Amino acid sequence: MTIDHAIALAPASRAVQLIGTDLTEKSLKLHLEGLSGVDAVGLEARAAGLATRSIKTTSKAWALDTIIRLIDLTTLEGADTPGKVQSLVAKAMYPDPTDPTTPRVAAVCVYGDMVPAAVAALGSAHAAGSATGINVAAVATAFPSGRASLAVKLADTSEAVSAGADEIDMVIDRGAFLSGRYGLVFDQIVAVKDACRRADGSYAHLKVILETGELNTYDNVRRASWLAILAGADFIKTSTGKVSPAATLPVTLLMLQVVNDWYRLTGERIGVKPAGGIRSSKDAIRYLVTVAETVGEDWLNPHLFRFGASSLLNDVLLQRQKIATGHYSGPDYVTMD
Amino acid sequence: MSFLEYAPAPESRSILHLKKSYGLFIDGEFRDGHGTPFTTISPADESPIAKISNADASDVDSAVSAARRAYDRVWSRMSGRDRGKYLFRIARLVQERTRELAVAESLDNGKPIKESRDVDVPLVAAWFFYYAGWADKLDHAGFGPSPHALGVAAQVIPWNFPLLMLAWKIAPALAAGNTVVLKPAETTPLSALIFAEILQQADLPAGVVNIVTGAGDTGSALVNHPDVDKVAFTGSTAVGRAIAKSTAGTAKKLTLELGGKAANIVFDDAPMDQAIEGIVNGIFFNQGHVCCAGSRLLVQENVHDEVIDRLKQRLTTLRMGDPLDKNTDIGAINSKAQLDRIRTLSDIGEQEGAERWTADCVIPAKGFWFAPTIFTNVETSHRIAREEIFGPVLSVLTFRTPAEAIAKANNTPYGLSAGIWSDKGSRILGVADRLRAGVVWANTFNRFDPASPFGGYKESGYGREGGRHGLGAYLQSGWNASAVVKSATAKKEVAR
Repeated sequence: MTIDHAIALAPASRAVQLIGTDLTEKSLKLHLEGLSGVDAVGLEARAAGLATRSIKTTSKAWALDTIIRLIDLTTLEGADTPGKVQSLVAKAMYPDPTDPTTPRVAAVCVYGDMVPAAVAALGSAHAAGSATGINVAAVATAFPSGRASLAVKLADTSEAVSAGADEIDMVIDRGAFLSGRYGLVFDQIVAVKDACRRADGSYAHLKVILETGELNTYDNVRRASWLAILAGADFIKTSTGKVSPAATLPVTLLMLQVVNDWYRLTGERIGVKPAGGIRSSKDAIRYLVTVAETVGEDWLNPHLFRFGASSLLNDVLLQRQKIATGHYSGPDYVTMD
Repeated sequence: MSFLEYAPAPESRSILHLKKSYGLFIDGEFRDGHGTPFTTISPADESPIAKISNADASDVDSAVSAARRAYDRVWSRMSGRDRGKYLFRIARLVQERTRELAVAESLDNGKPIKESRDVDVPLVAAWFFYYAGWADKLDHAGFGPSPHALGVAAQVIPWNFPLLMLAWKIAPALAAGNTVVLKPAETTPLSALIFAEILQQADLPAGVVNIVTGAGDTGSALVNHPDVDKVAFTGSTAVGRAIAKSTAGTAKKLTLELGGKAANIVFDDAPMDQAIEGIVNGIFFNQGHVCCAGSRLLVQENVHDEVIDRLKQRLTTLRMGDPLDKNTDIGAINSKAQLDRIRTLSDIGEQEGAERWTADCVIPAKGFWFAPTIFTNVETSHRIAREEIFGPVLSVLTFRTPAEAIAKANNTPYGLSAGIWSDKGSRILGVADRLRAGVVWANTFNRFDPASPFGGYKESGYGREGGRHGLGAYLQSGWNASAVVKSATAKKEVAR
């Protein structure tokens, strides 16, 4: 198969600004392959170093509440029903019914066809563009594999947006990326971003899932992160949660470094979402430390950082109860979902 | 409140069971020295920790005599396998008492607990495990058939890695069958004295290891003692030179591990984020009190501004303060004298026209502190580009081509270590081949392993520590005929 590198790509504004108006597969490829390499040993050593920070007392209490505010509470099962989604939404609104000071999560994350159920269950708690309230995020573009035609992916996206989704979590075409067809991946992200446009001209937030477990090398993760940002991503997200390994601390650190580079270059802040595999408070606190020491505390904000998780919330609630009461409770003292 | 301030997370001191005063460890027992005792203090707040005995020439003489007796009567007759057993036992006890040793080290030296806990003490155990494995395999170590121990080793170690340097010295010496008299630095004797307790716990035969505390006079008496067969010194080039002079013409074997002014070379194709970490680790690890520290940063000119910019951003996240806090990255300078030296050389750097940048750190009111500092616009002729500062001070120079980088890196009287940062394997191999330094790290820095030899070129000393080479520094080659006869006799005695 030959690739025609000279074909012009969709003129996404960030890419045009950075690479130039003659945006082609070739110029994009040159840019991505010119990025500084990643030394795997060094990256993992740095992540391990950050993981040794010891977060105690007041810092820990603040961290636990912050983690809750940053969670995209997720259910992505073939067996999902409106009833299951309703139950998830209730958990999102009142994570710990015994403690009204418990913050709410950032969003609930569901499959596209469950968006109406989520919106209905949230009722007045649905953010729908306001600063307070809970967002509805929908996975789209033939999640998790992404193996569908562009037309199907776009229909998947626009249907979720018109049903009231505030955020779209799309997957990139990893097959195209790994075979070097960066232009195709780029154009699809641009098209999906366009499909996020609502009737009133505003856009649903676009999170681009790289599925780092399939990209395999850190160099690929760095290139895919840049590609997604250049194509217009509001967030870059590690994983679908359906592939192992999902989010890891080194991969998240690397994506934060890209976001930091982008900020230094343009002054624009891009969000990062590790998803899948983060189950304990201890783990999540390590991510907070990594964010704070890499891009700064400004990023510890639902607009710029999210955890894609389901079981994490209950562990954080148990830790919260421990701080409040001084002793450990058990899984029967937090609700299932 | 700022999350990044992190609530205090101090390691508890309660694990330490310190005595008010410590004697000299001679012939398996603690005994008082004949010199005037001195107090060891915590450099983080100048508070006294314990009173330490001071060994005069007569104490050194008893220690050497004890070592000689132990060598003649016990250690030289013991099988390698049994010596190995003792070393394995010491290694396991070090692991068991890791937290205690780490707290003692950070308290006495000022280094952050995360370094003593995650680097120093684990490496100490690794060193003893590694050389324990060699003890019964000396015949197969490549030094000929039945290589023989040298006898009594006099060892003088510095204050920057007190316990680790002790392990580097004692482990190979004992594995090879020597007995030891070791003098720790006067500002950091504590961990060596706790180690002496471990030796008692391990039931090491009396006199095999003796530890004498004191200052320069004690060290001088030790290395010049006529009944010493081997001298091993780690420390400053000036003292190393004096020792080389005084041992010249004697039968004493000598190894020296001295200063350094290592070049850390960053090429424009380096993995940039990791290179920044490597620069930080190269010069700010252990407050820069590292003989192989990457104190001269050589950056390719076309990425100089970017590297400096990123480096400064990274340095603002370093946390300076209580060495016992688990989140501290930069601890205290070990002594007032060292702090003065760092200040003096930094002032000279400014006077010579280099541009000084210092990270914004709150300096504690008490104790000895120096915030991480970078000098840019440094020329090869500046004193801060040539002299070892031994502190958290980085001198940045630029180069244009690999040839220039190599020339500048080698343009130093030292040659202990160097670093290369590049994503291109062939460049790394090509440059490493032409650097005159004992250790060359590629895309990493300040990594140590007991299996890897360590040592310098030129004024950085001679001899190697670590690995099979380190063993050789404590052995007489079995190819030497008289040695073969001697060791054969020794073996017969063992057989009897």
